[in-house]
Amino acid sequence: MQYQSPASIEEAVAALASIGGARVLAGGTDLLVQLRSGTASPAAVIDVKNIAALRAITETADGFRIGAAVCGAEITDHAALVAAWPGVAEAAGLIGSTQVQGRASLGGNVCNASPAADTTPALIAARAVAEIVGPNGRRSIPVEQIATGPGKTSLAEGEIVVSFLLPRRPARSADAYLRLIPRTEMDIAVAGAGVNLTLDADGTIADARVGIGAVAPTALVLDAAPGILVGTKCDEATLAKLAEAAGAAARPIDDKRGTVDYRRKVVGVLAKRAALIAYERAKGAR
Amino acid sequence: MAKSHVSTTVNGDPVEFLCDAPETMLDVLRNTLGLTGTKEGCGTGDCGACSIIVDGRLVCGCLMLAVEATGKSITTIEGIGAPDRLHPVQQAFLEDAALQCGFCTPGFIVAAKALLDRNPDPSETEIRYWLAGNLCRCTGYDKIVRAVQHAAAEMKGQPA
Amino acid sequence: MTYEPKNLRVVGTRPIRHDGADKVTGRANYASDFTLPGMLWGRVLRSPHAHAKVISINTDKAIALPGVKAVITGADLVLPDAGITQAGESAINTQHLAKNLLARDKVFYDGHPVAAVAAISDAIAQQALGLIEVEYEVLPHVIDVDDAVKDDAPLLHDDIFTEGVEPRPEKPSNIAKRIVVAKGDVAKGFAEADFVIERTYTSKPVHQGYIEPQGVVANYAEDGQAMVWCSSQGQFLIRDLCANMLGLETSSLKVIPAEIGGGFGGKTTVYLEPLALMLSKASGRPVKMAMTRGEVLRATGPTSGGSYTTKIGAMKDGTIVAAEVVLKFQAGAFPGSPVGAAVMFCSAPYDIPNLSITGYDVVVNLPKIHAYRAPGAPNGAFAFETVLDELARELKMDPIDFRAKNSAVEGSKSPYGPTHGPLGGIECLSSAKNHPHYKANLGPNQGRGVASGFWINIGGQSAATVVVNRDGTIALVEGCPDIGGTRASLAMMCAEVLGIAAEKVRPSIVDTTAIAFNDVTGGSRVTFATGIAVVQATEDAVRQMRERAAKMWDIDVEQVGWRDGAAQELNGNRSLTIAQIAQKAAKTGGQIMGHASINASGAGPSLTTHLCDVEVDRETGKVTILRYTTFQDAGKAVHPSYVEGQMQGGAAQGIGWALNEEYIHDAQGRLENPGFLDYRMPVASDLPMIDAVIIEVPNPNHPFGVRGVGEAPIVPPLAAIANAIYDATGVRMRDLPFSPPKVLAALEAAEKAKG
Repeated sequence: MQYQSPASIEEAVAALASIGGARVLAGGTDLLVQLRSGTASPAAVIDVKNIAALRAITETADGFRIGAAVCGAEITDHAALVAAWPGVAEAAGLIGSTQVQGRASLGGNVCNASPAADTTPALIAARAVAEIVGPNGRRSIPVEQIATGPGKTSLAEGEIVVSFLLPRRPARSADAYLRLIPRTEMDIAVAGAGVNLTLDADGTIADARVGIGAVAPTALVLDAAPGILVGTKCDEATLAKLAEAAGAAARPIDDKRGTVDYRRKVVGVLAKRAALIAYERAKGAR
Repeated sequence: MAKSHVSTTVNGDPVEFLCDAPETMLDVLRNTLGLTGTKEGCGTGDCGACSIIVDGRLVCGCLMLAVEATGKSITTIEGIGAPDRLHPVQQAFLEDAALQCGFCTPGFIVAAKALLDRNPDPSETEIRYWLAGNLCRCTGYDKIVRAVQHAAAEMKGQPA
Repeated sequence: MTYEPKNLRVVGTRPIRHDGADKVTGRANYASDFTLPGMLWGRVLRSPHAHAKVISINTDKAIALPGVKAVITGADLVLPDAGITQAGESAINTQHLAKNLLARDKVFYDGHPVAAVAAISDAIAQQALGLIEVEYEVLPHVIDVDDAVKDDAPLLHDDIFTEGVEPRPEKPSNIAKRIVVAKGDVAKGFAEADFVIERTYTSKPVHQGYIEPQGVVANYAEDGQAMVWCSSQGQFLIRDLCANMLGLETSSLKVIPAEIGGGFGGKTTVYLEPLALMLSKASGRPVKMAMTRGEVLRATGPTSGGSYTTKIGAMKDGTIVAAEVVLKFQAGAFPGSPVGAAVMFCSAPYDIPNLSITGYDVVVNLPKIHAYRAPGAPNGAFAFETVLDELARELKMDPIDFRAKNSAVEGSKSPYGPTHGPLGGIECLSSAKNHPHYKANLGPNQGRGVASGFWINIGGQSAATVVVNRDGTIALVEGCPDIGGTRASLAMMCAEVLGIAAEKVRPSIVDTTAIAFNDVTGGSRVTFATGIAVVQATEDAVRQMRERAAKMWDIDVEQVGWRDGAAQELNGNRSLTIAQIAQKAAKTGGQIMGHASINASGAGPSLTTHLCDVEVDRETGKVTILRYTTFQDAGKAVHPSYVEGQMQGGAAQGIGWALNEEYIHDAQGRLENPGFLDYRMPVASDLPMIDAVIIEVPNPNHPFGVRGVGEAPIVPPLAAIANAIYDATGVRMRDLPFSPPKVLAALEAAEKAKG
């Protein structure tokens, strides 16, 4: 296995294109485990952490641009980002231990395409857009279009995700992410839900978007959520409907981490609880 | 495949080594550089026994390729405390009996030092969550958490 | 040696442990920290099948790989004569051990070793494993204990005929043994009882979970002399098992104990050591081997899961009149589950007139079960103490009062035979009842559980040498690996007898050529049994120093006493310190060295009571431990901090067992969670502080009153948590672990039942 550490996006793309079977190395917290167990044996790894653009969090007039190789700890240390996107930050802050946080990247979490990736539902709720560079240039897609199935993405050969764009946060708006794991830390989500809400001046929900994770081959946009939440004040009956809709949208499997039945129920509970947190946050937001 | 030549800094010393691309920092620390205080408990980032500090960030040595060390500054358990004086975290672990078998201890001490470096006054909950990536099977964590609280107080000049 | 109260100056204090600095600086050397010049790296090829015939193994391609120096298979391991080696609380059948080390004609579990390789690098050794061709004929497998006892179950061994059944069965089966403990007349007892409750429980295998994977360096020299460096709970056991496997004379093998990174019973046998020796012998080079975490979980001893039925009858006044228990334990690939201990001890905190307890040792397609902290007792206590909780509620009695009313006390006859000496059961219960924890208020969805536990503790063979240095310091030489602070506790007892500070005694755990045979560090025996050896060796050294002082003063030795680290003239003012005596030792008869080698009996049983508060999230089924307090009779806590540590650590392991730890298998019988990600041991944020209340009812058979303390703390948590969940929710959890999906399902089933 070769190791390359390009200094620019162009070099990285060229390296990926020229070496068949190369893998991108960002935080490496999944890739190194795969290398060790023999489930991955790439001809080369292309370390993208020395590309400045992939390591930066920048605040622009349009929102935040987060480099794909930015690690969880860098996100949760970024006060302005955490203030604007608390749900995205808490999702990033849930990936693995403190040690894993010091390495695991946003891009890796999304592009490994684990159905249980914590940041994906939060990014979906945030309407995050992924910027992709490849041999044929640059393109942008909504984050929910990256994963196409467990471990599979829509990225073409030689393409890499370079950054994620989070829109500018409107007034009276906030997000939240919750997941269920058997312990308090160190587990893979059994189910997860991200909720992003914007309120009217009187506290009525004007815009809502919900992403759910670990309950289908990919994280899902909960299409029913706006219809249920918008126009309400997040009352109990609304939350019950939201929970039911989340369970109904889920297409989970039985595995060592949970059962179909359990996941359906719990994703609803999480959606409802995350909605309430987002609602309270939005009420308190400027 | 030729080995890579890596120049890095370990515990303040300039260090050079050769490694294969798939070798982890943990492998090189233990097998090439002879720094065996960093332990392997799982090899998958789930136990924290290989905790090291790389450019100020706490990471698992098993989840970092050795070739990535180029130009970095790495602190291992061997770099914590001075020959004539243990670090307050080490001293607190001794005084509070915060170890039994001692195998997870280097990882806990590195992790606790990293915590106190950035948060000199952590709550019990903050300590427990920060250390959640460090498994200990012997102590039930009680005396470890107390030792970190004790060390924090010592470092602020308030003997607990 | 017998207990007598004394004024203590060292025992009962909390000095810094002697090996502490090495362990907080990373200097301490564990198994895999050792290297030798010219060392090779060894790796094991393991079965991917839960049960299969091995049709053929072809190692030609592996041995041909450049850099590979040796390849071995089961054919290279001569089956030793049948025999049993005692390993603390386990008995190791040497033929089963050989078949477990390297499969012969059959593999019995996912992870069963079939071959091993040594090469010049770990990478080449791993590559070589991929070149070994093994042809299997996959057989039906069975893991669940209730399935394994069925007549049509896949049969693991055709030479197992249930022991303990008369007449001997004609057909082989998976039931290796039946064990019965009985007294009185159970039928009569139940007929008299006002309340009878019968329940069935199940549990899954759980792993010891030590953080240090097994590791070894072996060096087999051309003259047949061999050396092994490894971490284990007993270097003498490793020596004897390896010598047996390789047909070596005992004196040909030296085993050097590395520091041990946790064992909990799991390191009282061999997995890699004989293979490393065989590879070293075959290659002529030293060989290092270390397991991955996956190998540890797939192929080293978990403890048994099983199914358990308990029936207990009580009178209206709370007197338990009868108990009938049937325990079926998974033994893994070969016989030898700890069901016997569960049979003997599940009811042992109590004095019950009519008892019938039956245990079945059942082979299944799991790794060979091995000892785990109080082996068998947590399973038994889970099944017993939860029924007690149900009975206490039926009787409308406080669960502590109910237990106290039925407690075994000094003079009552134990279920396993002997009459009890002093026991601290009542003291633990009353301490728990009076503790602020028991009176604290609970919120909604919160509940409190109580459970007690019993562990017998063992004595056994220990040796110690006390060497008096010229400057008055002491070298304490002993042979039991220190897993949790026994260097400190032993040095403290030595210092106490000498009348000097603990820091003046330097304890060393030496190799198998430097001291007489010692039994393993296990059975909570070291501070008790090796402690007696240390006290006797120290007294031997004191006797010699008094003799030397008498010689120096030219008086009769009877005129010389010993106090405060010095010989004292009884009828005068003269005194001589240890240093003063030692400096003259060459002229008074040579260097001074006390020694003792004993087989200790009279270990005092441990009794313990746990209080646990939980909160249950009714929407997700997640259980949070809010508060936990343990009460345990330690006899005498030599170093209270490390006694508390045992109580806290054992409770934490029990909490893990109760909430989330389990072996999960796929349909093919492969372990689906061979890593710490999905084998979910408690992390720091899962637990509250664990309060440890030490009770001291002295053991009459130890000079300082010591009982063992290490094992009992893991016995009550399973039941304590089950009882707390009931208190919080009104739902009885009877199938371990109480993971969120199971708890939620139980809550919903209860709702449905209510209508």
